[in-house]
Amino acid sequence: MSIVFVMAPVALVLATVAVAAFIWAARDGQFDDTETPAQRVLFDSMDERPQDDSSRVQA
Amino acid sequence: MTTLLDAPSETDIDTAIVCDHCGLAVPEALVDPIADHQFCCGGCEVAYETIHGCGLEAYYDFRKRTPADRQAAKGAGKRYAAYDSDAFLSRNAGTTSNGCRSIDLRLEGVHCAACVWLVERMPTIVDGVIDTRLSLGTSRARVVWDPQKARLSEIAETLDRLGYTPHPARDKSAHSARNRAERTRLIHLAIAGALAGNSMLMAVALYAGAFEGIDLQHATLFRWISMVIGWLSLTWPGATFFRSAWVACRNKAASLDQPIALALAVGAVAGTVNVVTGRGEIYFDSLSVLVFLLLVGRFLQARQQRWAEEAVGLTLSMTPDSCRVVRDDQVIEESSEGLEVGDTVEVRPGELFPADGTVLQGASSVDQSLLTGESRPVAAENGTEVFAGSQNLTATLRVSVSATGETTRVGKLVRLVEEGLADKPPIVRFADRIGGYFVVVVSVLALVNFSWWVATAGLSGAIESTVALLIVACPCALGLATPLTMAVAIGRGSKRGMLIKSAAVLEKLTDAGRKQHGILFLDKTGTLTTGRLQVEGYTGDPDLKPWIAAVEAKSNHPIAKALFEAFTGASTTDAATISDHTEQLGDGVVATIPAGKLLVGSLRFARQEQVTVPTYLQAAIDEGHRRGHSVVLAALNGRGAGVMWLSDELKPGTREQLELLTHAGWTPAILSGDAAPAVQRVAAALGIPADSAMSDSTPEQKLLRVKSATGDEQQGPAIMVGDGVNDAAALAAADVGVAVHGGVEASLTAADVYFSSPGIGKLNELMALARTTMRTARRNFAISLAYNLTAVALAAMGWVTPLVAAVIMPLSSLSVLISAVAFGTTEVPAVATNQK
Repeated sequence: MSIVFVMAPVALVLATVAVAAFIWAARDGQFDDTETPAQRVLFDSMDERPQDDSSRVQA
Repeated sequence: MTTLLDAPSETDIDTAIVCDHCGLAVPEALVDPIADHQFCCGGCEVAYETIHGCGLEAYYDFRKRTPADRQAAKGAGKRYAAYDSDAFLSRNAGTTSNGCRSIDLRLEGVHCAACVWLVERMPTIVDGVIDTRLSLGTSRARVVWDPQKARLSEIAETLDRLGYTPHPARDKSAHSARNRAERTRLIHLAIAGALAGNSMLMAVALYAGAFEGIDLQHATLFRWISMVIGWLSLTWPGATFFRSAWVACRNKAASLDQPIALALAVGAVAGTVNVVTGRGEIYFDSLSVLVFLLLVGRFLQARQQRWAEEAVGLTLSMTPDSCRVVRDDQVIEESSEGLEVGDTVEVRPGELFPADGTVLQGASSVDQSLLTGESRPVAAENGTEVFAGSQNLTATLRVSVSATGETTRVGKLVRLVEEGLADKPPIVRFADRIGGYFVVVVSVLALVNFSWWVATAGLSGAIESTVALLIVACPCALGLATPLTMAVAIGRGSKRGMLIKSAAVLEKLTDAGRKQHGILFLDKTGTLTTGRLQVEGYTGDPDLKPWIAAVEAKSNHPIAKALFEAFTGASTTDAATISDHTEQLGDGVVATIPAGKLLVGSLRFARQEQVTVPTYLQAAIDEGHRRGHSVVLAALNGRGAGVMWLSDELKPGTREQLELLTHAGWTPAILSGDAAPAVQRVAAALGIPADSAMSDSTPEQKLLRVKSATGDEQQGPAIMVGDGVNDAAALAAADVGVAVHGGVEASLTAADVYFSSPGIGKLNELMALARTTMRTARRNFAISLAYNLTAVALAAMGWVTPLVAAVIMPLSSLSVLISAVAFGTTEVPAVATNQK
């Protein structure tokens, strides 16, 4: 049997995993606001605050 | 001689003194020569001090404000005691897993990344705030705080002081529904993309096989996988096309989704048959890519309309969140939501009325411009009716509540707006109309092709060729062209300060069906004029000016404020030398100054106090009346010494803008709630015929007038431009409603377009944008059509293989994409204005 019969389904499985990850991230709200996080990257350079872990909001 | 007071000159912005906080010019009257820092208003001063006090000066380095964006910090100076109440918190705040509270707040005045930076530094500003996240696009902030260490009222006050007045985000369910809808769209897009990519993978193998040869077992494998992917693509993300085509068929309407659904369906069925029987061509790769590209177009379209849907619970945002209720002689600050008919509320000067009611105690003047658009205050005393959302000006009032929430006058107006919006017939879009014809034409062509092939070459050849024809005839580029062009147009519009709710607006403005240009209804106060009383002229003793300013300094009355602004700084006066200061509500003030008894007030008041008016002043009084101004008299020791003209001034540049519009063919008309003399004055200044200027209009009357214009099919589109709640119903009913900067929440929701700068300046730009957009849309349409015709011809001749189809369709989409984006390089001409 040709290896292609293994490769093709595996490729599809990989694709499925990737899509599933995307769906999870989207449902988690990570794509809701794509503007503001882009701006936040600039902040660290001007920040004097010590790094702190902001508590994840679960509400 | 009457001297006209100069406004700060716009042309020497560079040499003018600018506010250290917001960058706007500081009015001459407020420039303090000895101070280190200059501010244009109290709001900016407070914000500046707060920012420096917390060591966050980096804010000023961050800010990238263009001149058009400069805005003063508009702190409302409110106290938010009611935010701490259990009722408020249980309604609006959530709890986090570690016992802290969280709340979604909508903030005013958020402009750029620096604002985000500042707001997200709240934990360093207020002890007890754990986290703050602000979304730039929606101006919503999520604040998490420890209730043991900080009170929500403190947090709200700090945000207000910084210039970001907070409101509780009331539309939580609508907001999360919208979020969910957008997420679903994104997920479908991603799935469509993954399926398209993988189906191309299979297809490339098969194309290669077509040239080089391929084992039957491999070909079969790829074909079956291709079919599975294809069906997934059509039934999951692609289902939306079938659904919408079906709905359109049921409603006997035409839609671009119909030919698309036809192509998809035919391709899928034919492909499945070919895979199962093992011979013939399959087109699943083209179908999957088709679904993906079309979904991209829709996604872009939906994303652009985001701002328009962020409507906060309207009624509640125009009335204050908290109020003072009198229970058993105790005044308690409570949330406005708990108010009931029969309650007594206390409203202090400067505050907004939380509900409709009748005055029980006190005498004051009230600013009802929210409802009437009228800039002049109305006297309120025992028995006077007052309305929710209007502002109490001079003295504390106790009011018995007669209507709350939706039953208030403002609430009813909001309902009128909502009904107006719901009733608006959906415009049959240009592209959708085409869709109807497309199906017919394509079906006919297919039939012709089929018969011809059957006659000449036999059934199987006929089927192959016709299937190919139906697939490549699919208006892919068309389906992409219009949303893309509109999305680009809306994006360009928003860069120029014109926020457009939906592309349909642009189509409406250039509607070829009706007469090109119709009526332009303009609100007066706030749209054509600045909305604030300003001193237009002064006749009399110039030495009196600083005394007038000093005497009017404490009053909340708009006339007093205007006089103060105009005359303060002319020279210094010692406030301690003023005594016996009495304010007669709605009439004027009387005080004793070193020179004697000074009276500043209305003519009626002056007559009451038996003031004599010298002849030269009488002439100034008459001239002021003739010109439609409000006339205020200053009298020293019983004898008239100065006459002041006050008016709501026309915004600079309005006349020129209007001329451009009239040249273009629009007929202007004024709809105003203000009194006739003031309206006529403005009409005359702008060259609008007197009978086109309606005065003393209630919101309901404005609505009727606009409706009668939209109902007239002979006329071109009716456009309404306004800014207040009293315009909102009319805005919703107009063919195109435009809300201008400074507008109230209700008018923003009711309108189709929002201008972020005040005045009618952007109307010309909007028209130009609409024209350019429609031109590009038509060009894209032509390109798509050309592709489709070529493809159909090729299919009829039997030259379309899956490879050819897979090349043609993305190619057509690409050229349409380039054309849509390239349209931006032919710049929308900015109309030169003199406006700030």
